[in-house]
Amino acid sequence: MTAPNHNWRKFKNAFMQTLTFVCAILVVTPLLLIYYHLARYGFSALNWDFFTKLPKAVGEPGGGMVNAIVGTFTLLAQAVIIGVPVGVLGGIYLSEYGGSRFNWWVRFTADIINGVPSITWGIVVYGLIVVPMHGFSALAGGVVLGLMMIPLVMRTTEEVLQLVPGGYREAALALGIAQWRAIVQIVVRTALKGIVTGVLLALARMAGETAPLLFTAFGNLGWAHSLREPIDSIPVLIFNYAISPYEDWHRQAWAGALVLLMFVLAVNVGVRFLTRDRIQRHA
Amino acid sequence: MNITVNPAAAAALLTQKPVGPPALTVRNLSVFFGANKVLREVSLDIAARAVTAIIGPSGCGKSTFLRALNRMHELNPEARMEGEIRLCGDDIYSRNVEPVAVRRRVGMVFQKSNPFPTMSIVENVTVGLRLNGIRDRKLLAERTEQSLHMAALWDEVKDRLHDPAISLSGGQQQRLCIARALAVQPEVLLMDEPASALDPLATSKIEDLIVQLKKEYTIVIVTHNMQQAARASDYTAFFYLGELIEFGPTAKIFTSPSQKRTEDYVTGRFG
Amino acid sequence: METHLDMELDGLRQKLLLMASHAETAVNQAVQALTQRDHDLALRVKDDDRVIDQFEVEIDDLVIQLLTKAPLATNLRLVTVAMKISQNLERVGDEATKIAKRARDLSREPPVKINLDLPRMAGMALNMLKAALDAFVNRDSAAARAIVPRDKEVDALNKQIHETIAQHMVANPDTISRCLNWMVATKSLERIADHAKNVAEEVVYLCEAQDIRHPGAKNQAAPAAGA
Repeated sequence: MTAPNHNWRKFKNAFMQTLTFVCAILVVTPLLLIYYHLARYGFSALNWDFFTKLPKAVGEPGGGMVNAIVGTFTLLAQAVIIGVPVGVLGGIYLSEYGGSRFNWWVRFTADIINGVPSITWGIVVYGLIVVPMHGFSALAGGVVLGLMMIPLVMRTTEEVLQLVPGGYREAALALGIAQWRAIVQIVVRTALKGIVTGVLLALARMAGETAPLLFTAFGNLGWAHSLREPIDSIPVLIFNYAISPYEDWHRQAWAGALVLLMFVLAVNVGVRFLTRDRIQRHA
Repeated sequence: MNITVNPAAAAALLTQKPVGPPALTVRNLSVFFGANKVLREVSLDIAARAVTAIIGPSGCGKSTFLRALNRMHELNPEARMEGEIRLCGDDIYSRNVEPVAVRRRVGMVFQKSNPFPTMSIVENVTVGLRLNGIRDRKLLAERTEQSLHMAALWDEVKDRLHDPAISLSGGQQQRLCIARALAVQPEVLLMDEPASALDPLATSKIEDLIVQLKKEYTIVIVTHNMQQAARASDYTAFFYLGELIEFGPTAKIFTSPSQKRTEDYVTGRFG
Repeated sequence: METHLDMELDGLRQKLLLMASHAETAVNQAVQALTQRDHDLALRVKDDDRVIDQFEVEIDDLVIQLLTKAPLATNLRLVTVAMKISQNLERVGDEATKIAKRARDLSREPPVKINLDLPRMAGMALNMLKAALDAFVNRDSAAARAIVPRDKEVDALNKQIHETIAQHMVANPDTISRCLNWMVATKSLERIADHAKNVAEEVVYLCEAQDIRHPGAKNQAAPAAGA
């Protein structure tokens, strides 16, 4: 090992280490900038009213976005009802059953759909539900979010199930347990945390979807009294407020964005907490 | 000190004969994976209440043979078999027999211990019973204690039955898997290299366990460790390239095998 | 492919053969000392027995070591047979020493005028021993089997010689103590033939995995593949 070679290697090492460190910082920076801006501009609008009052008339200061918050939850609830059973069961099928050719096509299709711009979904459901119903509705909003969730949940469920070691399936079958029971009670149960994680993360994504809701749920400055009425949601509200000329509404938009981001952050942290390793494993 | 020798007992000690009809009879078993013929017309009898060891170099088909005994090779969609296997006279491949029914009578323990991670120790032991519809609490408790005793694990876990199964050590986990397999009361227990992932102390506990278990169960064990086969088994079958080369009492196979290939394998000249 | 174990087993074989040649020499020299009344040779034979005893200890040690490596099949039989052969060779050495002691005592006294076919008996015993060891080297089971019946001939000759000596003792009472020495010497030769037969039986076990020591006992296994 000659001295000049050694120094050159040390330099290369240090250079790469610094470079990768800088890149890591660059990745995190936009997120930090977002949080900073949201907090700076939106924090001042966060008060009790914000979370409990309906929006005031155009131009009047004050009011809140309680209807949008409730609306987001209503839409997400529908999305769960539609998206989770189909997505999870579909994922189970892909992972545990099915011929390889058929499954390949299903996966391929799901991946394509996952890449379809969400606004396209909005237009499709507009044609399918809004037009026949002669109006925007919370139902349409729920349906579009649910439909978008299906391929997402299906793929994450399948991937998580594939991570379950084959040994457990074999052990279950070797005990004379019927295949479907083995899948549900053993394989799915083992992967349950992962499946729930996938669902929660998909939900967090859906919470922020704006474009499809523009064509389906549309928005509502007041309460929606049934699923057949249009309903407001946080991202749509942010959009409407942000393009308005009112200073107060702008601030509320910032606050709404902050709330949304807090929600996504809470879901992610919650997921980490739930999936932590609780058990001491022996060597 | 008066020593009286009972000649009949002494004579019985000197001769070793299998007791009763064989547990499994295999006739002309061939297994194909796609176009690949992995087992070639294997015929042999597995003696009841005895330990039969299957030895041979890697790729000789011993694991495939073991899996054919409880229809586990069918998990591979390209698998196909010819020939006949009878369990106490019943054809396990007949059309009206479900693989699930076969596997309740022929249990299996795997090389890598795999207790179900989301379940406690007692839940693992009873899973085969519960998922087959048995709910009687008293029965489950009895079987749990019985199986854990048979697996020589009861004393070590009796105070922590509800602890997660994965909190046990490697050797204990393997014994737990054995208890789990025994809880459904199979007639035959198949073991695929059960101790190869364990340290010597755990290995010797498993071997002692096997010798104890054979009083009640028929055991077939695949092993690449010839000393283990010599220590723990009564009969040994040597497979090579998918064929059964030699089968006989373990003592004979390891002291004076009849086939040259067996001799070469056993003395380490290949494999 | 020769493994490390194979090389160690070869070492065991070599040691055994070395011990055998010492034993054969001892018998040869003891008989020579006896027939030629060579007092010094007799003493040397007695001293050299230490070497044979040492061989037995070393071979037994080597066998135990090899057993920890869990040899199987032919290797296992070789190891256990080596132990038994070394035992037999050690006894041969002891018998040769006994002959040497008798030779020493007889050489100190005037010779007895008796016509004994001792050289022939000695030759038979020695040939048996040599043949058994050759069979071991050549793994020749048939040759080993052929040695076993020859023991009967040696026994018969021994009996004959004993009778001759007994008659001489009755007729010439003053030669009794010298005659007894001769009897002991011939008995030792008969034992040496026995040991040679034992070695041959062990060779048959090594080659065929058949135990021919006590015909009629449980030993009917199929012949072994190894050689």
